Amino acid sequence: MIQLIDLTKSFQMGEETITAVNHVNFQAEKGEFISIVGPSGSGKSTLMNILGLLDTADSGTYLLNQEDVTTLSDNQQAVIRNAKIGFVFQSFHLLPRINALENVMVPLLYHGYSEKQAREKALFYLDKVNLLGREKHLPKQLSGGQQQRVAIARALSCDPEIILADEPTGALDSKTGTEIMGLMERLNEGGQTIVVITHDMSVAKRARRVVEMHDGNLKEGEDPQ
Amino acid sequence: MSLLLTIKLALTNIRTNKLRSGLTMLGLIIGIASVIILVGIGKGATESVTNEMSGLGADLLTVYIYDGQTTISYSDLDDFLGLPNIDAIAPYKSLSASVSRGNVKLEYFNLLATNENYLDVMGYDLGEGRPFSEIDIENSTKAVIIGNSIAEKLFNLTDPLGKTIKINGDDYTVVGTLTAGSSMSEADNILLVPLTTAKYLGSNTAVSQLYLKTDNAENVDGAAKEVKSYVETNYNIDSDSLNVYTNTGILESMKEVSAQLSLLLGGIAGISLIVGGIGIMNVMLVSVTERTREIGIRKSLGAKRRDISKQFLIESLVLSLLGGIIGILTGIGCGALINTIVAYLGYSHIFALSPGVVVLSFSVSAAVGLIFGSFPSYRAACLRPIDALKQE
Repeated sequence: MIQLIDLTKSFQMGEETITAVNHVNFQAEKGEFISIVGPSGSGKSTLMNILGLLDTADSGTYLLNQEDVTTLSDNQQAVIRNAKIGFVFQSFHLLPRINALENVMVPLLYHGYSEKQAREKALFYLDKVNLLGREKHLPKQLSGGQQQRVAIARALSCDPEIILADEPTGALDSKTGTEIMGLMERLNEGGQTIVVITHDMSVAKRARRVVEMHDGNLKEGEDPQ
Repeated sequence: MSLLLTIKLALTNIRTNKLRSGLTMLGLIIGIASVIILVGIGKGATESVTNEMSGLGADLLTVYIYDGQTTISYSDLDDFLGLPNIDAIAPYKSLSASVSRGNVKLEYFNLLATNENYLDVMGYDLGEGRPFSEIDIENSTKAVIIGNSIAEKLFNLTDPLGKTIKINGDDYTVVGTLTAGSSMSEADNILLVPLTTAKYLGSNTAVSQLYLKTDNAENVDGAAKEVKSYVETNYNIDSDSLNVYTNTGILESMKEVSAQLSLLLGGIAGISLIVGGIGIMNVMLVSVTERTREIGIRKSLGAKRRDISKQFLIESLVLSLLGGIIGILTGIGCGALINTIVAYLGYSHIFALSPGVVVLSFSVSAAVGLIFGSFPSYRAACLRPIDALKQE
């Protein structure tokens, strides 16, 4: 479903050129639960940004459902981000001035749903992450774990092909982090494709497949099971 | 995202930064309010100047026939009222006579024989007594109305009303006096008798000179043409022997003053609106910078460029329209207050609201919001999602 062929991305840091993603080949199938693990600076966040169409590669090909998405326009990429990719960020990235329900509604409204339809769908996904009853709360009135669950509901709202989670437990205590990973596992059991990026091996091991990133190079890790 | 929802979002954002939004709008409120007030006062001033100018005869036509033989008979005068825009007719004859009272004698004095409309047509104010009536004209009453200077010369400090003066030896009763200095001082040296009374002074009622008052100073030129061709056709006069004067010079300079006033006010208005607009642009740019992360999040959730630019443009538009509406209301309120104050001080109103300027102010506010909001919203729309998300 996802196929990266010979993907490269480098940055200019002063005099130095840093190759964050170095001729990477990667493949993910529908229904997989993959974690990409590596120390900070290994290039895994850059890889995640390219996978999420938030950033573009210098060279190589990115096929999403056999479609080459590297050459798409800004707006076409926005449509794919909206419909096919759900993001879960380390710092949740909820919009602070609107409540939980309205946060989950944002991608649905960009998708073209009416306000009423968007509300219904958002409530459905808030129920799925066990937050029904808190939909009127502003993000700052929710705990970290609850905020991340709102973010997961938001990521799920447009029924994406893939969930990309960048250090989803990084800002949470270990108990809450375990709960969030448990939620991810349940979603994956329901058929949702998930890619988690983390530097925490205990988080990475919850995935069915682990790949390691080091200095921009990707290699299959040993089977965690 | 629907327009209504975007407007709701904009209002939420404006409410979140109440102080900042308020101060930004204040620039526009002051700008729009001063436009309303200044243009209102300009219009009020123009109105009172127009009234003043009408007193000077800007709405007046003077008809002279000077071929030496053609005259208009008294009974035909009413026909002129059938011409477009003609409100009143005052025929007049200038007669020379000796005027005296007691020892005071004015030889070869130019008096005017005219009808009951003369005072109104010329804009002269009757101070004491009564104007001429139709009965005076019918009966050739030996009545006079005199100007202030004449009254002083003939009666010194005593009240002239009801007293008699001698004109060519006959007794005439003073029925009215004019207010001192009313509408230029020429009124002070005037002595009027009823038109038909001219027969006692060696003349008749057929006239070759008349004043015509039009309904509006604006229509004077058109009316002059009509009158000229009417007289030419009906009295068989060639155009060399006929003159129809207008005081369009006065009207022209009045218009010029008015236009310059509007230009000046427009200039002030333009400057204040540009300043207000820059305020809006400034705040929108700050807002875009401040909400870079929000833009990044929205883009990661699938917002297209036009979704982002629409959001900021609508916000700028809502801000400027709110400012505009408050400014319009403030301006109207201040104008009403000014009128109340001057009315209290005993002057006539100086602020006149024109609906056009309200509509214009509203449109200008919208334009300011669109123009000065477009650059910030374009900048917001062009942010790359990855750069926007990295921003803390």
